[in-house]
Amino acid sequence: MIGIGHYLAVSSILFVLGVLGIFLNRKNIIVVLMAIELILLAVNLNFVAFSAFLHDLTGQIFAMFVLTVAAGEAAIGLAILVIYFRGRGTIAVDDVNRMKG
Amino acid sequence: MIQLLAFYIFASVTLVAGLVTILARNPVHSVLWLILAFFSAAGLMVLAGAEFIAMLLVIVYVGAVAVLFLFVVMMLDIDFATLRAGFIRHFPLGLLIAVVLLVELLLGILAQRGGLVVPVHAETAATPAGMSNIQAIGALLYSRYLFLFEASGFILLVAMIGAIVLTHRQRSDTRGQNVSHQIARKPGEATVNMRPEVGQGIKL
Repeated sequence: MIGIGHYLAVSSILFVLGVLGIFLNRKNIIVVLMAIELILLAVNLNFVAFSAFLHDLTGQIFAMFVLTVAAGEAAIGLAILVIYFRGRGTIAVDDVNRMKG
Repeated sequence: MIQLLAFYIFASVTLVAGLVTILARNPVHSVLWLILAFFSAAGLMVLAGAEFIAMLLVIVYVGAVAVLFLFVVMMLDIDFATLRAGFIRHFPLGLLIAVVLLVELLLGILAQRGGLVVPVHAETAATPAGMSNIQAIGALLYSRYLFLFEASGFILLVAMIGAIVLTHRQRSDTRGQNVSHQIARKPGEATVNMRPEVGQGIKL
């Protein structure tokens, strides 16, 4: 029988994959954003699993709020990426020091 | 039985797709695998009895965020020739992911017919008996969590305005409409009375 442990195992592996992705692809900001989406997906999976196994709908409501914030974050992140590309002509992020003053 | 099978398939596909997302060299491939990961995670949520969140995940991520990512990935790639040449090269991968998505869709529907993976007792279930999941979420969302709901709408509004303000570009070569200038115009400034000499013409 599937227990909450199964769901927690899946979501924790997904979380670790997301964190690993941030460290592996530090040069490619788009993949970093995708890794952040993976982390948020793991959080959502946790919320939904606890909601189902604890018989409480609140977890699903909060998963929706996480989804909202994730969508806004992706939109803003990609917009920043677009203006960065417009100014520099590249999206290599290892030399981002424009705000040093 | 089919629920167990579906759970393990969804879980393994989610994890493999997540792994390939962070390992793929080509960002376009990464986005495709990310779509697959989100789709499989939606399947896991359906199995836990959260249909609404699962559908929301598919609509918001596969429908909006993944397309946004693909759009930006393709927009930022300057070399359009290699991009177009990549169509044939990307086609098998795209087809593979499409087939996997279809199989997962069918599997999810079949598994949900067989029941959820969570042992549900009617009196303690997350979704009250006689109510659909969407109904129960709506009843909770619009009563107890109304202010949080409105706050999340406000977050989306701020994100939208922020994205527009960040990427909006004032071009110097276009001639836009200046409404206040138009309204402030008076008839006397718009027309001029001239009395030209015969055969001379006028200078504007």
